[in-house]
Amino acid sequence: MKKLILGTAALALSVGMALAQDVVRLGTEGAYPPYNFINDAGEVDGLERELGDELCKRAELTCTWVTNDWDSIIPNLVSGNYDSIIAGMSITPEREEVVAFTQPYTPPSMSSYAALSDDVDLEGGVISAQTGTIQANHVVDTGATLLEYPTSDECIAAVRNGEADAVLADKDVLVPVVNEGDMVFVGEDTPLGNGIGMAFRKSDPEMKDKFDAAIQSMKDDGTMNALIIKWMGEDSPRW
Amino acid sequence: MFASCADPSTLEGLNWLACYLTSGKHMAFYQSFLVVLALLAITAPAALLFGFGGAMAARSRIWPLRMVGRAYTAMVRGIPDIVFFLFVPVAMDQGFEWLRHKVKCPDWTDPVRQGSDFVVCPAAKLPLSTSPQWAHETYGFALAVLAFAVVFGAFAANVLYGAMRAVPRAQIETAEAYGMTPRQSFWRVLVPQMWIYALPGLSNLWMILIKATPLLFLLGVQDIVYWARELGGSKTSIFAYPHPDWRLYYFLGLLIFYLMLTRVSEAVLSRLTARLSHGQATLAGEAQRKAAQ
Repeated sequence: MKKLILGTAALALSVGMALAQDVVRLGTEGAYPPYNFINDAGEVDGLERELGDELCKRAELTCTWVTNDWDSIIPNLVSGNYDSIIAGMSITPEREEVVAFTQPYTPPSMSSYAALSDDVDLEGGVISAQTGTIQANHVVDTGATLLEYPTSDECIAAVRNGEADAVLADKDVLVPVVNEGDMVFVGEDTPLGNGIGMAFRKSDPEMKDKFDAAIQSMKDDGTMNALIIKWMGEDSPRW
Repeated sequence: MFASCADPSTLEGLNWLACYLTSGKHMAFYQSFLVVLALLAITAPAALLFGFGGAMAARSRIWPLRMVGRAYTAMVRGIPDIVFFLFVPVAMDQGFEWLRHKVKCPDWTDPVRQGSDFVVCPAAKLPLSTSPQWAHETYGFALAVLAFAVVFGAFAANVLYGAMRAVPRAQIETAEAYGMTPRQSFWRVLVPQMWIYALPGLSNLWMILIKATPLLFLLGVQDIVYWARELGGSKTSIFAYPHPDWRLYYFLGLLIFYLMLTRVSEAVLSRLTARLSHGQATLAGEAQRKAAQ
C-alpha cells in the first residue's frame, strides 16, 4: 500500500513537472532592433523572435515571450519570472558567474562608434552606451567619459542632441541608424564579447542542453546563417 | 486596424497618421492609460489602509507593536523608492513561492537557493508557468500594487500619526469625561476629527503617487511612460511606420494627461476639504459655522 501511494505520488510529481515544462517563457528586452524589438502590432519581433520560435520548434517546446527592462533582466531570470534570456546578451565571464549561457548563436560581433561627424575624440570625449553592457565597460576602459542610458535608442538620441560625442553599440544595431540617418561610423570597429547566447538559470541545465542542441542543429544546416543575413545583412559575421 | 492599413509604406499624410495611431502598439499605449488609472484607484485605498495600520501601531500602548509601527515608517521612508521597488516585489514573490513550496512539495529535497538561483518545485510557482500570459500580468500588477501600498503606506502612516496628534487634546478629555473607553474615544472622537488635519499631507501623497507610476516598468508592468518612450523613439525602416525621434510629442501628450489628472484631483480634494471641515474645531470649520449663521 505504501509503495502504491509513493508510486502515485512520484507519478503525480513527474506529470506535474512535465506539465510545468510545457511552456517555456523567453525573456527579452524588446528595444534592441534588429535583435529584438516590439513591432507595430505590439508583438516581439526581430532576429531573436524568429530564432527563439525556431529553437522551440526544434526542441519540441511551447514558448511564450515576455519583455523585461534590461536593468533587471538577470535578477528576474534567477528569481524565476521567466526561464531564459534571449536579448542580444553577450557571453561574458561576469555574467557567467550568475547565469548559464548556451553556445553563442551569433559569432563575436563588432561594436562600433557612431557620431554626427568624423572628427570626434573617441578617447577624450563623451561616449554614450547602454547601462550594463559590454560596450559601457569598454568605454570606461578606453578612458573616455561614459554617459549611460537604459536603452540603445536613448544612447543614439543623446548623440543627436549633442549630449554625447559618439555612441558605442553593437554594429548590427547601428547599421540601420547610420544607413538611414544623419550619423556616420567613426574610428575602428572593436570586437567585444564572445558572441551572443541564451542565458538560463544555472539550476536548469536540462533546458539549457535542449536549446544548446537546437542551436547546434541550426548552425549545422545553415538556417542560423540565413537568419543573420536576413536581419543583419551580408556584412555581419556569420558561422 | 483598417483594411487600408495593410501596407503602410504606400500611405501618405493623414491616412498614414490614422493608420499609425491605430496600430496594435498604439492600442496597447491607450490601454496602458487604463492600467495607470486602475493602479491609482486600487493603490490609494490600499496605501491608506497600510498607513492607518502603521499609525495605529505607532500609537499603540503595547511596546512591540509600537516598535513595529515606528520601524515600518522609519525604514520605508528612509530607503530610496527605486531600491525598494527592485527589492520588495522580488522578495515578496520569492516569499510567497517559498511558502507554497513548503506546503505543496514537502518531499522536495533540492535546496531552494542554488547559488544565485531561486528554485521551487513547479507546482509552487506563482503563477504556474503553464498559466496564460494574462495571469502573469495580473500577478505582476498585484505585486506592483502591494509594493506601492507598502511604500506609500509608510508615508501615509506618518501623516496620519501627525494628524491624530493634531486633534485638540480637549476633545479627547471631553470624551473621557463622558466615560468613553480609549477604544471608543479613538473611533468616535479622534478618527472622525483627524482627517481634516491629514488631508493636506495625504493630498500631497496622492499627487506624488500619480507621478510615481513610471516605476511600474521596473516591475514589468508596461505603463504610459514606457509606451511613450517606446513609441516615440526613432524608428528605422525595420518598423512598419518609420519616423524620427518623436518622444517630445508623446511626452507632451503625457504632460497634458498628468496635468488634467492633477486638475481633477485638486477639484475633488478641495470639495473634500470643505466637507471635512464641516463642524470641526478648525479655522475653516469656524468660518463655515459663521457663514451659516
